[in-house]
Amino acid sequence: MALIDVRGLSKTYKVADKQPGFAGTLRHFLQRRYRDVAAVQDVSFQIAPGEMVGFLGANGAGKTTTLKMLCGLIYPSDGDVQVAGHRPQRRQAEFLRRITLVMGQKQQLMWDLPPLDSLRVNAAVYGIPDDVARRRTSELADLLELGEELTRPVRKLSLGQRMKAELLAALLHEPEVLFLDEPTLGLDVNAQSRVRQFLAEYNRRTGATVLLTSHYMADITALCQRVLLIHQGRLFHDGPLEVLADQLAPEREVHLELERPAQSDAFEGLGRLERIEGCEVRLLVPRDQLTIVVAQLLERFPVRDLDVKDPPIEELIGGLFRQGRV
Amino acid sequence: MGRYWRTLRRFWSTAVAVQLEYQANVLIELLAVAMSLGGSLFLLSLFYGPDQTLGGWSWAQALMVQGLYTVFDGMASTWLRPNLGAIVTHVREGTLDFVLLKPIDSQFWLSLRTLSPGGLPEIALGFALLIYGSVQAGVVLTLPSLFTVLVMLLAGGLILYSLWFLIAATSIWFVKTWNATEVLRALLASGRYPLNAYPPALRLLFTLVLPVAFLTTVPAQVLLGEAAAPMLLAGLALAVLFFSVARAFWLFALRFYTSASS
Repeated sequence: MALIDVRGLSKTYKVADKQPGFAGTLRHFLQRRYRDVAAVQDVSFQIAPGEMVGFLGANGAGKTTTLKMLCGLIYPSDGDVQVAGHRPQRRQAEFLRRITLVMGQKQQLMWDLPPLDSLRVNAAVYGIPDDVARRRTSELADLLELGEELTRPVRKLSLGQRMKAELLAALLHEPEVLFLDEPTLGLDVNAQSRVRQFLAEYNRRTGATVLLTSHYMADITALCQRVLLIHQGRLFHDGPLEVLADQLAPEREVHLELERPAQSDAFEGLGRLERIEGCEVRLLVPRDQLTIVVAQLLERFPVRDLDVKDPPIEELIGGLFRQGRV
Repeated sequence: MGRYWRTLRRFWSTAVAVQLEYQANVLIELLAVAMSLGGSLFLLSLFYGPDQTLGGWSWAQALMVQGLYTVFDGMASTWLRPNLGAIVTHVREGTLDFVLLKPIDSQFWLSLRTLSPGGLPEIALGFALLIYGSVQAGVVLTLPSLFTVLVMLLAGGLILYSLWFLIAATSIWFVKTWNATEVLRALLASGRYPLNAYPPALRLLFTLVLPVAFLTTVPAQVLLGEAAAPMLLAGLALAVLFFSVARAFWLFALRFYTSASS
């Protein structure tokens, strides 16, 4: 039984266009022209309880819109969404108690007060008894490695500490479904990995379902077995990350360092020659021919060094979208 | 209900804590209240020479109206402005999402989330002025008239809140509505003088369209024994009407927000 069930989900916005300059401003003020923009088109997927799913896509691909429809902040234009047996857009209290939303670029903690004060407010709002709230706070604080930060005004915390406190505030009511929109945005590498470790541990301990969007591929590879890739509002891939990588990058990159310079026509039939510069050679070789090609290379050329790499996935996705191959 | 009550107590205790984070600000606000009241009393005194009346209201009676106005203005500073002004910020910065995802009524949250204690002395001053004016005007307090005035104050507060909330809610469409609430505050300021001091056309406007009259003049008349049960009922009916409209409008605005915003 799927915890999150999305079928044929679409969202169309009316967007006002404004031309630059004063004349454009005047026209924009007096007579706005609207056009329909399809932010999400016919997206369907199911997520089982306890799954951690990564949501990938370029800026403006429709990730946040989909996420907001899943937590009930936006009405779908079309299609059907069920989360934990509820229709999110009705925003029933019972549903809201079972989910949480963390947004990397927005915060719910009170700026001038220590996080503990915000936590007390949240405890009251969710109707959590004080002793239970205290116990959960100390458990989560341990996991997040938060200590005296909880009694310091939020404005005096570092971005990483603040994000961890935000997570604590968002998880105090023990939600079953976590929607995380860029939770590591702007954090340094250490803080990012700490947040990642926490999310993995939280998922392991509580069995919570997590849907995560991120710009950082490392977040997704570290946390998610399964990836949804959305592009221009359409679901382009739903499955394991490795499959996506295969699909996106059918070729691997072979880097050669030769004893003596070679001619470019010597590499004919050995994959696609990317670059040749003196003794340095870069070839793109289809995955299934890799072993044969490497064997032939070693046989035919005086090789000093040979290296095989996968190009970084964000580059692949970016490249794919730039080429319009999707 | 217990959950809302507990939440409200935490809302306000954190609000006070926020204010106290900035000690200097508290002092400055107190000073500003004292100066503003001094200013309006001075202004009022300009209209009155010895034994003069304004629209049939004596100096002492006008002080009662001024006192009631000060109470409402204090209410606006303590309660309405900090809360309803924040709605605009919530919409612009997208933090309204956090409010909407809480299992608690969003209007309750937005209307009562914070409290600015700086306005409380103004409310106290208003009551002091009202009592002083009443004594000077020779008002005989009876239990029924006291009760009536309290109900009128509550009704007036509800009317003012509803109007303000209605305007603040339009920020869902227009995002910036600071100016509109300033207009409302200016309108409230028109309630600092007895209604009869205005020309008939304005009097009609202030009674029927924008019921400023029910905030200040009518409660003063009740104390003076010049208005009675029908006025009380009218005030209450207006309060219920305005509140229902504000509530319905908010639910409508939310439907729009959730289907249009990104």
